[in-house]
Amino acid sequence: MSVLSLIIKREFIAKVRNKSFIVMTFLGPLLIVGMTFLIAYLSSVNKGDIKIVGVHDRANIFINDFKNSEDIKYVDLSNLPFDKAKDSASNAFEGLIYVPQVANVDELATKTTYISDDSPKMDFLMNLQKIIDTKLNKENLKKLGFDAEKIENAKIKSEVQFAKFSGEDGLKFLNEIKIGIGFAFGYLIMMFIIIYGNMVMRSVIEEKTNRIIEIIISSVKPFQLMMGKIIGTSLAGILQFLIWIVLGVILIFSLSAVLGGQQEAVTTAQVSVEQAEVAMSFVEKLQLYINEIPVFTIVISFVIFFIGGYFLYSSFYAAIGAAVDSETDSQQFLMPIIMPLMLAVYVGFLTVMNDPNGTVAVIFSLVPLTSPIVMLMRIPFGVPLWQIALSVVLLYGTFIFVVWFAAKIYRVGILMYGKKPSWKELYKWLKY
Amino acid sequence: MSNILEVQNVVKQYGDYTALNNVSLQVPKGSIYGLLGPNGAGKTSLIRIINQITMPDSGVVFLDGEKLNPEHVKHIGYMPEERGLYKTMKVGEQCLYLAQLKGMPEAEAKKQLKYWFEKFEIQGWWDKKIQELSKGMAQKIQFIVTVLHQPKLLILDEPFSGFDPVNANLIKDEIIELNKKGTSVIFSTHRMESVEEMCDYIALIHKSNKLIEGKLDDVKRQHRTNIYQVGIITNNIEGLMVSLTQKFTIGQTNFKSLNDDLKLEVHLENHSSNELISMLTQFGQVTHFMEKIPTVNDIFIQTVSQ
Repeated sequence: MSVLSLIIKREFIAKVRNKSFIVMTFLGPLLIVGMTFLIAYLSSVNKGDIKIVGVHDRANIFINDFKNSEDIKYVDLSNLPFDKAKDSASNAFEGLIYVPQVANVDELATKTTYISDDSPKMDFLMNLQKIIDTKLNKENLKKLGFDAEKIENAKIKSEVQFAKFSGEDGLKFLNEIKIGIGFAFGYLIMMFIIIYGNMVMRSVIEEKTNRIIEIIISSVKPFQLMMGKIIGTSLAGILQFLIWIVLGVILIFSLSAVLGGQQEAVTTAQVSVEQAEVAMSFVEKLQLYINEIPVFTIVISFVIFFIGGYFLYSSFYAAIGAAVDSETDSQQFLMPIIMPLMLAVYVGFLTVMNDPNGTVAVIFSLVPLTSPIVMLMRIPFGVPLWQIALSVVLLYGTFIFVVWFAAKIYRVGILMYGKKPSWKELYKWLKY
Repeated sequence: MSNILEVQNVVKQYGDYTALNNVSLQVPKGSIYGLLGPNGAGKTSLIRIINQITMPDSGVVFLDGEKLNPEHVKHIGYMPEERGLYKTMKVGEQCLYLAQLKGMPEAEAKKQLKYWFEKFEIQGWWDKKIQELSKGMAQKIQFIVTVLHQPKLLILDEPFSGFDPVNANLIKDEIIELNKKGTSVIFSTHRMESVEEMCDYIALIHKSNKLIEGKLDDVKRQHRTNIYQVGIITNNIEGLMVSLTQKFTIGQTNFKSLNDDLKLEVHLENHSSNELISMLTQFGQVTHFMEKIPTVNDIFIQTVSQ
């Protein structure tokens, strides 16, 4: 067996046997599922609250327009004097809608007041304003001699359909789905780089603190050791991903088996043809969506950019691990590495969502330090092949340069004990 | 006798600092060679070059007549000053891994490992992790790992630092046994007295330069001081002193003795030891007569101060 594969094997086994790896692999998905349920539960608890709002409307202008909803109940306090109504509302209710008596109803557009110590929820306020707008509009129309109802009926709500020049049907929410996919992959790469890059760094530091490093590099080249470490660690990460995917598939299948079984029971009982049709068309729709998204390109480029990005960054991590004596010392050097990753995610988020083919998005998807993340965010929207090719060439070119540079620092750093180097010293090492 | 290792005009610089200034060495096959010098002299830099951990800026190194190349790591066993093992890895796996990195086939490594485990009576340790072992136990593993691949040349940097006396002795014996079987050994240490008794050849390195190299006895002969330590029981101290000072230079000294004798250090100047001894016998009973042989430490200090 070649030396490199020996090192890869050792690193892989050391990572996989680690207790935290096993725990993370099997507990991680459980944690995520648990968190999702927790959040869902908490927001449902939040929804359960019914808010009671008093209404003081002497002139009876809006009172009939306030309709109780699931979470808001309106109580008519118009019969009470305003002060009393205010008192009781402040004691028992969430707030009080005060409609003053005015000469001209138009004035109500600005004079209606919501009294509450808590600032109102956005949707509540919007709803309130909408009620007032509609009512006053109607009143105005009536005053002008129009039949408000006829006008209401004459209103049209449009729904623009999407289509392509090729004649296919377009799909709604496609953009949102593409954004979702792009971000999922971009985020995945960032997380992987940070988690596994750190692992590479820790394993370099471990060899330094164990003082075994000099024994190893008297047998193998530091470059081989560094590459073996990076590759071995990434294989452990890929294994973790694979386990998660398998677990996920099993989960989905078992869930759909359980739910599907129930569904079947229902359909046989009621034989709802319509439901079946809906289900059919949903599957067809899904198929349509999948056809719209360049799945093949996404998967291929995910692999390519993932490998390039991970190798690029973990070489930095390895160099840092070699330069320092302990993890606490690594902070000052880690900052410049985390920065471009964060930048990529935020820039990607802001620019790609706005305009996937805009200048900023294009530039960031070509710059090697950010390209693995930003390019993956763009790819679902369709990226010209030359841009992908250029980005890959730049990424791998930089990767080779960075590995060379990291190997130099690594080579010197692993034999330096007991001092925390400065940036200046790192620069000097490059020339040794 | 041919040389197992030849270092020719090696120069190594770190930035502006010169770690090795045109150093040449010849390590004869089958010898125990002491690479001696204070901390920071350049010993470790030289050893790292021999182990191909770093490259010399200029100069060449030959191992067994061949210019140093990556294949040679198989033939060198190296125990660095800063040494340790993977703490969370099992003893057996670790030894196998390190032997395989040295290019040893797995089956062969297992066989060798069995031999050493039996020799040190540690068969039960195979599945233990290093962190479960005591420091002394780990040191044994450290040594096994160094010699497991049957190197032609063993390089030990500060070999006895950190070893407890029992292990140090055990390992000393093993090294001598390996040497008898034909392994050449290089000791590197700043504690010159610690290896003096074992070495047949030495080189003194100081401030990046080699000062002295050669057979230990030759080096000592070159640096002999012509000083003899003398013990004598006499009634006529005054007469003795007068006679001695006419021919020799005399100094005070001290050594262990069971007699209540006069202890002197006598420099022969241009005279022979026989002249001294015949003069002494005229004055009383000689209880002690020994040439003062310089220690490597003395030689080093003498050379550096010149």
